[in-house]
Amino acid sequence: MFFYHFGEYVLLLKKVFKRPEKWKIYWRETLHEMNEIGVGSVGLIVIISTFIGAVMTMQIAFQLVSDLIPSSVIGQINRDSNILELGPTISALVLMGKVGSSISSQIGSMRVTEQIDALEIMGINAAGYLILPKLIAGVIMVPVLVTIAIFCAIVGGLLGGALTGAVTPNEYIMGIQSEFRGFTIVVAMVKAFFYGFIITTVPAHKGFHVRGGALEVGQAGTKAVVIGCISILASDYIITALML
Amino acid sequence: MIEIQNIHKAFGSNVVLSGIDAIFEPGKVSLIIGGSGSGKSTLLKCIVGLHQPEQGKVFFDKKEFTHMDFEEKIPIRKEIGMLFQNSALFDSMTVEQNIIFTLDMFSDMSRSEKVDRANFCLERVNLAGKNKLYPAELSGGMKKRVGIARAISMSPKYLFCDEPNSGLDPATSILIDELIQDLTQEYSCTTIIVTHDMNSVMGIGEYILFLHKGQKFWEGSNQDMLNSDTKELNDFVFASPLMKAARQVIK
Repeated sequence: MFFYHFGEYVLLLKKVFKRPEKWKIYWRETLHEMNEIGVGSVGLIVIISTFIGAVMTMQIAFQLVSDLIPSSVIGQINRDSNILELGPTISALVLMGKVGSSISSQIGSMRVTEQIDALEIMGINAAGYLILPKLIAGVIMVPVLVTIAIFCAIVGGLLGGALTGAVTPNEYIMGIQSEFRGFTIVVAMVKAFFYGFIITTVPAHKGFHVRGGALEVGQAGTKAVVIGCISILASDYIITALML
Repeated sequence: MIEIQNIHKAFGSNVVLSGIDAIFEPGKVSLIIGGSGSGKSTLLKCIVGLHQPEQGKVFFDKKEFTHMDFEEKIPIRKEIGMLFQNSALFDSMTVEQNIIFTLDMFSDMSRSEKVDRANFCLERVNLAGKNKLYPAELSGGMKKRVGIARAISMSPKYLFCDEPNSGLDPATSILIDELIQDLTQEYSCTTIIVTHDMNSVMGIGEYILFLHKGQKFWEGSNQDMLNSDTKELNDFVFASPLMKAARQVIK
């Protein structure tokens, strides 16, 4: 069963990467999707990452009770955790729920209402027209959102520390500036790129192959989010193992 | 002209179509009729390439369509207009955008030329001025008419309609039938309609293909139908007392 669905996914991707009928239309759709996926998710990402950063600071401070460890380490741990893991992965899981379910239900509804058949009858590559703009928007906008998430989480950590007295702003800032390795940002961006790919293509595949009606569209959305989340965590492990 | 030869289609062990042959001529309204589950819609989908038959061939003006790959089918698909049972209008687009969508994709017309074409198509289906409405704002009959306007936007050579009258009141059904008949003559296109609306059958059926349990049972015109002795056809077409009475009167 796994190989059947994986094969179906690969064949769908093959169709997605066929030459577009008209670049201008695809470009217009890509801009629209960048707005939907990217701009439409900024608020959610800002709120979630700020709270995660604040909570992280408090929890690290709670665990680091030794007098031998300077408080600035809190900032350092918070920075690296957010860049390497929490920023990209939590954002991706949240986006999978928000964007992924939307993509799956949108394409699934088009399938059951014969809109995809209509595109194919017109001689349009439905897979390419519906999925390629989302995919391009995903791989561009998810890294942008992850960058925003990392920034907000670090700022959230500063605010959380200052408000609770867990760490002073000066110590926190000293921590986030010490022993910074730029390569961690590269790892985060590589993760974000692959997450963008998964967030758009896995739900698109589930939606594209829906058969039935409204019930099946809903089930496809649920399956898309579950499979997408597992794929994100699996790719997180693989990328981390390969790059660090 | 569209010719189908020996079409077989099955879904798993369920055989839906078995050995269907037919010729659909240009400038004529051809109907595929039959009871629910007789395979009419499946046959239409096999003809337009949405389903791949296990056996058999479909020819569009002598060009074998069934085994062409996606790229080879594109020139023929540009000549196809199709009206779906639920209209299948793109929800996120206005009426005008739905109609000019294929022009956007496949023509080099300027923006004003495309809008002019959309206006012409909308006037043709008596929906002038409805350009900026979304499908959700239209009634069932209006959606069907927008579907027809979209189907004729590229001046089709082949027009397919899947149950164009389903869910419509009798008056609107007759309007849609007349519209399809007029367009068929105007564009000299090969029109195939899947229906089980007996008003359409008697009103516009110049060539009728009757399917029963996935097989071709009868073919002929609506006039031939009145004199047919085929039991399955008579049981289907003249099932109601009203149709039986009408048959006697017409005879």
